[in-house]
Amino acid sequence: MTDLHTHAEDIVAQFSDHLDLTVDEVEERLENLVNEYRVPVDEARRSVVNSYLDEAGLERDALGGGGNASVGLAEIDQDEQWLDVTAKVVELWEPRSDSVAQVGLLGDETGTTKFVAFETSDLPELEEGAVYRLENLVTDEYQGNFSVKLNRTTTITEVDEDIEVGDDAETVEGALVDIQSGSGLIKRCPEEDCTRVLQNGRCSEHGSVEGEFDLRIKGVLDDGEAVHEVIFDRESTESLTGTTLEEAKDMAMDALDTTVVADEMRTGTLGRYYRVSGPQFGRYVLVDEFERLDDPVDAEAALIEARSI
Amino acid sequence: MSQAPTREVARRVFAREFNDASHTFKESDDERAPVYLLLPTGERANRVFLVGTLTEKEDVGEGDEYWRGRIVDPTGTFFVYAGQYQPEAASTLRDLEPPAYVAVVGKPRTYETDDGSVNVSVRPESITAVDSVTRDRWVVEAAQRTLERVEAFEDESNEYARMAREEYDLPVEEYRRTALAALEGLDESDELGSDDEDDAGGIDAPAEH
Repeated sequence: MTDLHTHAEDIVAQFSDHLDLTVDEVEERLENLVNEYRVPVDEARRSVVNSYLDEAGLERDALGGGGNASVGLAEIDQDEQWLDVTAKVVELWEPRSDSVAQVGLLGDETGTTKFVAFETSDLPELEEGAVYRLENLVTDEYQGNFSVKLNRTTTITEVDEDIEVGDDAETVEGALVDIQSGSGLIKRCPEEDCTRVLQNGRCSEHGSVEGEFDLRIKGVLDDGEAVHEVIFDRESTESLTGTTLEEAKDMAMDALDTTVVADEMRTGTLGRYYRVSGPQFGRYVLVDEFERLDDPVDAEAALIEARSI
Repeated sequence: MSQAPTREVARRVFAREFNDASHTFKESDDERAPVYLLLPTGERANRVFLVGTLTEKEDVGEGDEYWRGRIVDPTGTFFVYAGQYQPEAASTLRDLEPPAYVAVVGKPRTYETDDGSVNVSVRPESITAVDSVTRDRWVVEAAQRTLERVEAFEDESNEYARMAREEYDLPVEEYRRTALAALEGLDESDELGSDDEDDAGGIDAPAEH
């Protein structure tokens, strides 16, 4: 139960300014909920924190300052956790919604995570490449992916140091069960720094443009427990399918139809097992490396393991 | 911000268990809410992934093409139907020459027969020809997932197991035995003639039919 012990330590730290708690008593309360009453750990933690908030006469927000967890950006595994981090703005993205002031990637030694700052929070702008001390961020979870949100209470202090941002490549494996639309031979907007994929010859930013051909696969790996969306770029698509961009263009030319390329790719890859690794961006793992899992299975080992279940 | 619906995971289930299933349900009143087939080992399946041997195919359509494929795994036979609304899968079935190893991603479909029993089939999203390595890997995976479901069947918090107990009267232990037998079959074809494993010594000894 080291897991509960860690949660207990966090909670004791969170309340260190307000209550005199021991790790043991907190852990006991968590244990009771989790083991006796089968409450999921997250819920148990929330419930225990709430009861201590009551005891201390505090609002949840008051747990800011001093009591926040310090968790590596790539190690965030809880929703609605308050954090302080020192992080580098690795990338800024174009906000897709008017309510978003800034969106992009923050990085620290452990890796990167997405961040969002909302217009209503009225915060100073972050600059790409700069390092900041950010206090009072809150984590957010969407479909199993974690991000951090800046909010009105967040303090931003630029720090005069550089951070070596960690490599947080994800590795996922499973059967390739789908190749989604927007895969195969595609056209991208040629405008500088745009590269958006054209829909019917139109870029959502620049309108009708003469696109540039590219290859990619938006695929789904499924291990029977979870699905992982992955994107193969041109290089990895070529190596996965054995079809080069030039060959794909020829195929499309012969057929007078670009969709034959994706169809051909489906025939050669769907239903096979792969392991891929690369950085996670939003829902997608961007494939840096992949391998087809085509070693003969060790049936005897599987049987021994199965008999032990 | 609009929340994109989460993609449903493709369950791994052997034909024997799949064909024993009959109960379907939705978890919301929304018209477009996913329909789940309740697996007898206590899991919901809106999608399945299977690999087996296509042994027969037949165009059973009247007028329009409507292909039926029989796909065999170590425990039984999956029936796959593909028509004009599954053009890629239908054309794959048209072109394939049985016997062939195939991988199928698809949705469970149930229909009630005249005598009131429920048949289960797969409506494919894709069918692709694969090799024996992929097929063996699937057998191992399907066995592991099945054994995990059987293992979790008695958990009090397992709502689909509770549902399975209410809807079905099926001996879950049987699926454990078929999963182990499937692995034993692989192991034997793996090392023909090798006698370093005494099958009778296994904890599943009474697996005779």
